[in-house]
Amino acid sequence: MTYTPEMLELIKVVEATRPQRMHQKFPSMSLEERDKVLHGFHPDFLPEGFRKVRVGPGKGGEMPNELADLVEGRPLIGPDFDLSNPDFETDVLVIGGGGAGASAALLAQEGGAKVTLVTKLRFGDANTMMAQGGIQAADRPEDSPPIHYLDVIGGGHFDNLPELVEALVNDAPVVIQWLENLGVMFDKTPDGTMMEEHGGGTSRKRMHSSRDYSGAEIMRTLRDEVRNRPNVEVIEFCPAVELVLDESGKIAGAVLYNLETERYFFAKAKAVVLATGGGGRLHYQGFPTTNHYGATADGIVMAYRVGGEPLFLDTMQYHPTGAAYPEQILGQLVTEKVRGLGAQPVNLKGEQFVYPLEPRDVEAAAFIRECKERNLGIPTPTGQPAVWLDSPLIEMIQGPGTVEKALPAMVRQFKRFNIDIAKLPMLVYPTLHYQNGGIRIDADCRTKIPGLFIGGEVSGGVHGRNRLMGNSLLDVCVFGRRAGKTAADYIGQGVTLSKPTLQHLVIWNKELDEAGINGAVQSPILLPNYTRKG
Amino acid sequence: MTERIDLIPIFIMGKRYDVPPSLTIMKAMEWAGYTLIRGVGCRGGFCGACATVYRIKDDPKLYFGLACQTVVKPEMYLGQIPFFPAKRASYDITQVKPEAATLFKLYPELLRCLGCGACTKACPQELNVKGYMAAAMRGDIALVANLSFDCILCGLCAARCPAEEPQYNVAILSRRLYGRYMAPRSEHLRQRVDEIETGNYTAEITALKALDRNGLVERYKARDIEP
Repeated sequence: MTYTPEMLELIKVVEATRPQRMHQKFPSMSLEERDKVLHGFHPDFLPEGFRKVRVGPGKGGEMPNELADLVEGRPLIGPDFDLSNPDFETDVLVIGGGGAGASAALLAQEGGAKVTLVTKLRFGDANTMMAQGGIQAADRPEDSPPIHYLDVIGGGHFDNLPELVEALVNDAPVVIQWLENLGVMFDKTPDGTMMEEHGGGTSRKRMHSSRDYSGAEIMRTLRDEVRNRPNVEVIEFCPAVELVLDESGKIAGAVLYNLETERYFFAKAKAVVLATGGGGRLHYQGFPTTNHYGATADGIVMAYRVGGEPLFLDTMQYHPTGAAYPEQILGQLVTEKVRGLGAQPVNLKGEQFVYPLEPRDVEAAAFIRECKERNLGIPTPTGQPAVWLDSPLIEMIQGPGTVEKALPAMVRQFKRFNIDIAKLPMLVYPTLHYQNGGIRIDADCRTKIPGLFIGGEVSGGVHGRNRLMGNSLLDVCVFGRRAGKTAADYIGQGVTLSKPTLQHLVIWNKELDEAGINGAVQSPILLPNYTRKG
Repeated sequence: MTERIDLIPIFIMGKRYDVPPSLTIMKAMEWAGYTLIRGVGCRGGFCGACATVYRIKDDPKLYFGLACQTVVKPEMYLGQIPFFPAKRASYDITQVKPEAATLFKLYPELLRCLGCGACTKACPQELNVKGYMAAAMRGDIALVANLSFDCILCGLCAARCPAEEPQYNVAILSRRLYGRYMAPRSEHLRQRVDEIETGNYTAEITALKALDRNGLVERYKARDIEP
């Protein structure tokens, strides 16, 4: 038993109210109530967490301090880096080995392009692999793409780019069918009906899952398929550090860095798909994160330097239910599916205090309010605040055995610390989860820079100011596919490159000088630094 | 108040470091000064990058775990297997058939399995690897898919196998065969894709795209929520 005796006493309070809570429906918030809790308690509304960026295409816009520091960073290589002898040449260079990169590689290859996929860690070591709860698609008779559209745009506070939302919801069922044809095992009833649940902010049950390994099942299948394809090469442990343009301003490739030999080299390419994901490892405002080790916002840094336009980078997603205890798994994801199956957030007094499936930003803010303002959080030995997530309700509602069957990854995670989540509640608190915004794209993943296409978390616009659960796995597939297809089409029309150059870095360095930014920050940082200080 | 921490000795690739006892292996390596490149990935138990083998002093038994999920123990001797060169067969998923012959053709070494169970002992996910390999030899693809579902492809099974089987690659082949060919097809999904391709929703979505913020807010508030 890992819970302390004090915690076990507190759990008795939760158990005492459970039978009565089981049938109690806590009301969801009105839009006005949502606004109030967000402005009061969501980290996006803490002014000291943000600052204005002083240079570049998003000059004057706000970003989290940690991201602004990197965006204003000095390049790792100089403008005089030798590009005269490319180390290799390809048609489409895909930067990033997660769900978006893999999807892009597949569609670009199908479009006839020679593809090289480079990735910082191993192919598939990405946030896609860690997504547990599921993927949205409006494919039930009670549901439709327009209903999905409204859910997405309301969840995003009506700021989403409409053409991107349209692409997302229209492609969703097509993507599920594509994944099924690649061999993804979705949860189904014996007659083939998809088993679908609610997620936060959904008005229809449309969350498709593969137990609670939904992202892992999708990622490992896409990766396996990429490895089966001729004309696709994968290079691991070689992140990109700078995009390269030709003299006319078209994309001409990227400078890569071999993390193991510590050498830079030039990959010349007619088109680049940037699919580098988010930046949870920057730990905005000191939050722990659910993100994988390589999530350091490299793509934002690189795209920004060649003129990519930032959008909604002043809003980050904090997943309401990060593990708050035990300390060893602090910040790791407790999937929203736990609430989708019936678990309720509960305070110190054993009371519900929020509708379990508000959009994520609202739910997270309500947790913070419960601990910070109402002082009804549950104390933990490290001082980390927490609320209960009453998982034993799941089997009372859905029947015995549900937890083991539907949440094997969660069961395993907590069993390692001797906590049986079918019988005992979990301790959770918001954790940094997702970059809602990114670099602006159109519905075909084009950017302002000819030949640069972007898909997945590094792009911005589709989720507005807040992404709903299950729309990220969807996003990486929809826009990864579109980016790969557009890149192949772009090359198909004939691309002639003039001399590759890093002239944009001369301009960049000058702009930094003129703004008086002479700090020592170099970016992208590629990896977080977790070694002990001192 | 500063709490005094009693450090414990661990041996990373044979070298001794004293680390706080509450850390996972991964965090202990970082605490000791390692900047990890290999042997680290999602840090959440899903990617299989940090497969670790360890032994405790005076105990001959080998233990297996994920560095990101396993807490250090005193006198632990550990090493990582960040990459294992197991065989992987290429295939065209649209051309293969969901039958035993496919498994045997792509992985003829399947029939060399000794049934020793070293793979099962090594699995950090506690899967019945030996069981799914037996099912593979019988051609029971559905059972392989089901038993291997929680596999994170860390490769420890293959690393320990005296018969040189690439268990995890047999497993993903089986899951993909099952998912594409054997799982019941979803009729409602097929219908919806047809409707989208016919353009049944185009007008409705075009109308939504044309709404201003107030119009969208009204439509959003008026949604009925499925219970």
